[in-house]
Amino acid sequence: MSEKPDIAPKHTIAVLVDNEPGVLARVVGLFSGRGYNIESLTVAEVDARSDRSRITIVTSGDEMIINQIRAQLERLVPVFNVVDLTEEGPSVERELALIKVVASGENRIEALRVADIFRARAVDSTLGSFVFEVTGDSGKVNAFIDLMQPLGLAEVSRTGVVAIARGADAM
Amino acid sequence: MSGTEQSTDLATAERETPEATAVETYSGAEILIRALTDQGVEVIFGYPGGAVLPIYDALFAQNNIRHILVRQEGGAVHAAEGYARSTGKPGVVLVTSGPGATNAVTGLTDAMMDSIPIVCLTGQVASHLIGNDAFQEADTIGITRPCTKHNYLVQDANEMGRVVHEAFYVATNGRPGPVVIDLPKDICVNQGVYETPDLENLQHKTYRPPQQGGQDAVEAAVALIAGAKRPIFYTGGGLINSGPAACAKLQELVKLTGYPITNTLMGLGAFPASDQQFLGMLGMHGTYEANHAMHDCDVMICLGARFDDRITGRLDAFSPNSKKIHVDVDPSSINKNISVDIPIIGDVGQVIEQMLAVWKKRNYVPDATALQDWWTTIQKWRTRNCLDYTQGRDVIMPQHAIQRLYDLTKDQDTYITTEVGQHQMWAAQYYKFEEPNRWMTSGGLGTMGYGLPAAVGVQVAHPGSLVVDISGEASFMMNLQEISTAMQYKLPLKVFILNNRWMGMVRQWQQLLHGSRFSETYSEALPDFVKLAECFGATGMVIEKPGDLDDGIHRMLDTDGLVIADVRVAQEENCFPMVPSGAAHNEMILASDQAEDKPAPTSDGMALV
Repeated sequence: MSEKPDIAPKHTIAVLVDNEPGVLARVVGLFSGRGYNIESLTVAEVDARSDRSRITIVTSGDEMIINQIRAQLERLVPVFNVVDLTEEGPSVERELALIKVVASGENRIEALRVADIFRARAVDSTLGSFVFEVTGDSGKVNAFIDLMQPLGLAEVSRTGVVAIARGADAM
Repeated sequence: MSGTEQSTDLATAERETPEATAVETYSGAEILIRALTDQGVEVIFGYPGGAVLPIYDALFAQNNIRHILVRQEGGAVHAAEGYARSTGKPGVVLVTSGPGATNAVTGLTDAMMDSIPIVCLTGQVASHLIGNDAFQEADTIGITRPCTKHNYLVQDANEMGRVVHEAFYVATNGRPGPVVIDLPKDICVNQGVYETPDLENLQHKTYRPPQQGGQDAVEAAVALIAGAKRPIFYTGGGLINSGPAACAKLQELVKLTGYPITNTLMGLGAFPASDQQFLGMLGMHGTYEANHAMHDCDVMICLGARFDDRITGRLDAFSPNSKKIHVDVDPSSINKNISVDIPIIGDVGQVIEQMLAVWKKRNYVPDATALQDWWTTIQKWRTRNCLDYTQGRDVIMPQHAIQRLYDLTKDQDTYITTEVGQHQMWAAQYYKFEEPNRWMTSGGLGTMGYGLPAAVGVQVAHPGSLVVDISGEASFMMNLQEISTAMQYKLPLKVFILNNRWMGMVRQWQQLLHGSRFSETYSEALPDFVKLAECFGATGMVIEKPGDLDDGIHRMLDTDGLVIADVRVAQEENCFPMVPSGAAHNEMILASDQAEDKPAPTSDGMALV
């Protein structure tokens, strides 16, 4: 028991669902009802023709819990397919963030310089503020936000993780 | 991936209505009734109300489906559960919006926990009023989402037929469960088209319940079973759900191997209780031999059971030295509480059939010597006589009451329902079930008040059979309004109340775990059950003395119509064996252990009542 790590490993799970009303509530209700953790969750329709949405959930837990989450998701009637991207080989994970920085003088220039290093784009600008758009894995987004903190970080909006498996196989 | 190419797609079934001829339309309510009729529904248990008036109107206009009017919607769901459990067919419920739907929630949760196929039709306010806090509006879909296998809000009368057929498919396939169809009033009035789909070949868009188990896993499992030295079959409600044919296959397998078998509460009847290989029920109030055999076995064959906490006791001490095979139709049951060595996902009946085929093909023979030793060990446990009790001359022991009820009804065509508590456990211990579908009880949720309405459902399904609700006086009080339902339909139920004036199981826990502080578990003001029976037009009787028990039971059975028998039993008798919570499953308290220093309720404890 004692050698159990305190922090349960994170898993990114992709769920392909029938885009019927209430399907997101079913997934979210499953997590809250059974006490599973949600670190981030994104959802959008991915195939309008066959009415399918993809939900990407970042969760954490030991192997038994992750397997349970997977089985419980598969048990939901409108679910087509569940893939644990962390478990099943390499995957690409991306997050997009919009970050508002209110700064003037040297800080303003420094913010632009850092944004350049992170390949963040200024998508809105006033004389006293910027909105940056930054894309990357969660670590990169976190690092960018950390750097903006002393430079006048005012507001953050993040999409949460979307992910897809590397290679030719499709879900 | 969708796999819908070759079969009749539920979604397209209705779009193929011929356009050339004038398309006949029906009201949503008429489509509902037509679809239910096409599903072979014979009985609906329900209660009317504003939002379902169009449906009741459509019911009025037809003669195919019988409606049983209950006295409270909770009773309707339990009645449908009793109907479903005793027939193997889905139970159908019809309730109104708002309070009708919320009253049904306990029954839906009960059906969810015990995997009972139910289709529950709930009325809803008209579409344009949804979300406006209209009269008798409740967010039924939101409320029932976690306590149903699936639920639907019908948004177009043209969708009605598809949704109903899909609901029955989901409720009855894979691991069965309750499905709610929420029906806005305007949808039931609006016109739509309906054509009977090809029900044989319906396939759901996404839902693919497993059928056969993986052959490799089955081969590995059978090899493990054949090589076992101390094996045990541990089987549950999944067998009952899989059907009588699955139970027959189980019996064949158990007979073929000669191995011992134990059943869960929900699984009683899957294997004949009188058989020598049957060790009785296992778990918290299971037999000494069943729990010890589970603990000491080297191969555990779990079929259609789910390692519930009432079975396992303390998880880290559960059957520590065994290899475990787990067959379940629901993948989420596998490795949920207990890690198993060979999981097999599939319908338990089909997997047993596969197992039998492998066993025969490979000409497996059990290890006779090891098995002999194992049975000798089990025999030693059996001699503890864990269900022993002493029946004196003055007070009826509750165990004895069940024992005699069993002896006097076993040769009849009998169905037993129970409420929840001590009487339920005694019924499970002392009433021996020889076949499936004869035993209706609330296992997972433990719903007091289940037994009487369930008995209504059973009797409706089996009008000529003997249906006994083994009850406790406290549970009986929870749904006694359904006596009125039984009277309306002339259902000759026998309500056998083990009356000890206590909420016995809670009292037992208070005695054993809470220092005999009997907080709020004594019923000071019980009704006169004889007069109660009479006021409904039924027959009531009191059985008070051990010498009168047999006569009383005979009188109950011989009296026409509904009988309430108030059997006065020992008030402070505890239900043993018992695995106390937090203990390992082989650390049982037996009645004989208690004899010497039975902690009598202290005056301090009683004062707290």
